[in-house]
Amino acid sequence: MTKISLTVNGTARSGDVEPRTLLVEFLRNHLGLTGTHVGCDTSQCGACTIHLNGKPVKSCTILAVQADGQQLTTIEGVAPTAQQGGDALHPMQAAFKECHGLQCGFCTPGMVMSALGIVERHKNDQLTEAIVRHELEGNLCRCTGYQGIVNAVLMGAKNMGVRVA
Amino acid sequence: MHAFTYHRPTSVADAVAKRSADDDASYLAGGMTLIPTLKQRLAQPTQVFDLAGLADLKGIVVTDGAVTIGAMTCHADVALSADVRRVIPALSDLAGTIGDPQVRNRGTIGGSLANCDPSADYPAAVLGLGATIHTNTRQISGDDFFKGLFETALKPGELIVKVSFPISKRAAYMKFPNPASRYAVVGVMVAENAQGVRVAVTGAGACAFRLSAMETALSKSFSVAAIKDIAVPADDLNNDMHATAEYRAHLVGVMARRAVAAIA
Repeated sequence: MTKISLTVNGTARSGDVEPRTLLVEFLRNHLGLTGTHVGCDTSQCGACTIHLNGKPVKSCTILAVQADGQQLTTIEGVAPTAQQGGDALHPMQAAFKECHGLQCGFCTPGMVMSALGIVERHKNDQLTEAIVRHELEGNLCRCTGYQGIVNAVLMGAKNMGVRVA
Repeated sequence: MHAFTYHRPTSVADAVAKRSADDDASYLAGGMTLIPTLKQRLAQPTQVFDLAGLADLKGIVVTDGAVTIGAMTCHADVALSADVRRVIPALSDLAGTIGDPQVRNRGTIGGSLANCDPSADYPAAVLGLGATIHTNTRQISGDDFFKGLFETALKPGELIVKVSFPISKRAAYMKFPNPASRYAVVGVMVAENAQGVRVAVTGAGACAFRLSAMETALSKSFSVAAIKDIAVPADDLNNDMHATAEYRAHLVGVMARRAVAAIA
């Protein structure tokens, strides 16, 4: 077993893991943060997307030991008062609700984390529908389609202060 | 996944020494290929040496004649680098077509080249732009690096440190991506630099290769017309569930013409 210490959603966490433990397994099974989902387990679907040092990554294709000493944000940590037990949504989460950007909801945590990555990359320029569609290529929805999701990302970005065409 | 031990070497020399002492050990770069391979139990390393902590393997340096990229630089950093975009936009474009944003935040140029997947994008850049691969012991010309299916000129334990791309006069990369994985069914880099015109193909063969017939034709006349009648033989090309060898041969011509059209 290897001891790892990392910061998850602003809180110092640690645990003993086997080197072969995936980061998503550590989050879900060791820390109980089950908002991060395992869809395909083959780095294609993006349901396991989290932020590692501020960048969206697929936590099913990272070893927990690789995250030792790093800063992580999961879906549980994006809302401003989530760590204090508040139930206010982040503007991007609220936009997914408003735009019906989900049906079953399985892909939604990963979609939101990827959406926040898109906002971060384009916060100083103008976001378009084409950019959102292209940059969501690492996330799959298998319910109904992407129109509501794209609408939600655009609304969420706008409400976060990004210029949207 | 089989069990292994995990280590973080403190320097390139430390990594090479420890990896070289164990034939069954493996380096870990971004892990975008190694970890899926481990999950499928297609590899069973005894020890894994994570290179992520080695700061001297990271970074992009642009000088008068070349762009030099550290082996552990991720695809997103290459794709989004204003410096790379300014001097070799085709290299930015290529890096920006690898996988998806999440994969580009982890996968590295050194890992991609050492793995030598027949459908990876970077081999077309190395071969097409005439890059040089710097390892811990030597420099390897891109022309001598790719040896076959997942096979390179690297010796056991030899570690890619950085890759140096000469700044081309003009270059374009065109790719027909697999719609699910974004790996290249076929990708073609066409470039003109001080040494002449180069045309490099990935996705179509066992490893990346150059098309001398097109290079000769484009050297005489850099135009779509110059290569439109050059047939690409399908004999040794990949034939799998994604595309037949004949279809890949056809795509090589299409992608080459699109690349030339973009910069002619």
